[in-house]
Amino acid sequence: MTRPVLRALAAAGAATLALTLAACAPTTGTGAASDYVTDGKLTVGTGEPAYYPWVIDDAPESGEGFEAAIAYAVAEELGFAKDDVVWVRTTFDQAIAPGAKDFDVNLQQFSITDERKQSVDFSSPYYETTQVVITTEASAAAGASTLADLKGYLVGAMTGTTSFDAAEEAIAPTSGVQAFNSNDDAKLALESGTVDAIVVDLPTAFYLTGVELTGGIIIGQLPQEGKTGDEFGLVLPKDSPLTAKVTAAVDALRDSGRLDEIATEWLADAASAPVLK
Amino acid sequence: MLVSLASTLVFAIITWLFVVNTPGWAVVQQRFFSPEAALVALPRVWDGFLLNIRVLLVAVAGVLVLSTIIAALRTLRGPVFFPLRALAAGYTDLFRGMPLIITLYLVGYGIPGLIGTGGPRIPSYVLGTIALVLTYSAYVSEVFRAGIEAVHPSQRLAARSLGLSHGKAMRLVILPQAVRKVTPALMNDFVAMQKDVGLISVLGAVDAVRAAQIEVAADYNYTPYVVAGLLFVLLALPMIRLTDWYTARLRAREQIGGIV
Repeated sequence: MTRPVLRALAAAGAATLALTLAACAPTTGTGAASDYVTDGKLTVGTGEPAYYPWVIDDAPESGEGFEAAIAYAVAEELGFAKDDVVWVRTTFDQAIAPGAKDFDVNLQQFSITDERKQSVDFSSPYYETTQVVITTEASAAAGASTLADLKGYLVGAMTGTTSFDAAEEAIAPTSGVQAFNSNDDAKLALESGTVDAIVVDLPTAFYLTGVELTGGIIIGQLPQEGKTGDEFGLVLPKDSPLTAKVTAAVDALRDSGRLDEIATEWLADAASAPVLK
Repeated sequence: MLVSLASTLVFAIITWLFVVNTPGWAVVQQRFFSPEAALVALPRVWDGFLLNIRVLLVAVAGVLVLSTIIAALRTLRGPVFFPLRALAAGYTDLFRGMPLIITLYLVGYGIPGLIGTGGPRIPSYVLGTIALVLTYSAYVSEVFRAGIEAVHPSQRLAARSLGLSHGKAMRLVILPQAVRKVTPALMNDFVAMQKDVGLISVLGAVDAVRAAQIEVAADYNYTPYVVAGLLFVLLALPMIRLTDWYTARLRAREQIGGIV
């Protein structure tokens, strides 16, 4: 090779080496590892966007909405003032996938399941709900009243959720459950007639049928094997040192009746739905 | 021969040293390459993959037809055909610029919304195929047009001077040569489309990628993604090798086998 080419190669090699070494350099962290993502603050994660009635107007900082209120109640139990709560947004999948997290706790209607417990920690449950099938008056499934009726229809649910699993187990539609990226897409598909019915949790079902869908109707609850319903818990990173404290905080809130108060305040409309057989 | 053998051996040893012999390899193998998880995921991923193949075959047929029409429209001569040429140019501009995902959302959720719940239901994979055909015809028609314009003008002049009309000249003289010129590029586009078919999953249809995602969500073992990826690669391999063989044949015939 000619000398200029050799020189260029050597320079490129040195630059690559320098960049790699710089990338491997340890980050300047705090001296002692804090339990919290940011010392002195509680970093709470939620969805982007966060839906009603869990968070009102996608503004959890206001404390309005069931999950926003729960987060602030837990923060109070842990000794944080309202101003010390920092909100971050994550997708549903990001929060329950294994790996390091940028939040201390996350609440986004996560149901506690054993599979998820392998990747993340859960607090004790702060809410219990069931999965509900909803449709619109104009849909073909509007007259369905039993699980067998629903088998022949196109049923949709958000992928990766217990709603999806419940739809597969309880309904087992012949053409398979249609999977959507989010509840928004599922609702859109229901409105445009691409699917006949969708499965969501109870409060979301009441919100969608009452407010968002035109002519929305609730067909009924899905029976769930071996349990009364889905339990929502706060998600923490796996083996987080905060799990015990947060669990104790939720238990304290439950014992003092605060959880029921918050549920009554924000989820009063979510009465009940008939159980499908 | 000996040198290539020796260098392969050295490469294998280096790979073993720096990839397999690392402490994290066992975890990576369990999380990404676990045979048990692959077997569990395979039925659902395979069913989804069959949907991918069905959509692909229909989309390819649709793309070939639509793109030939658009390319022919764009190469029409004469000022009287200006509106058609402008429409075709506008079509290619629009659909080459729009991200495929947005087209999918617009077609997949918008068109049923237009039809309303009173009309017939169009299955989500049909809508996805329509969106794919609309987008890929724009790309492929440009490839065809480049091929048509690459045929030497003397060919067209000779055809016209022999008394062939414009349509006959295109069909009998120009298009065969143009298609032969752009076949490698078209095969390349075909391989690319095989993977974009996976995007129809945003409309609810469970294809291979969505099926893999559902399986992964169950226990966060990422092997189903690897399985779905391998299936796509296996689908693409025959077409890739066919392209290689065909371009080599063209090179041998038209360029005396020379490689730059």
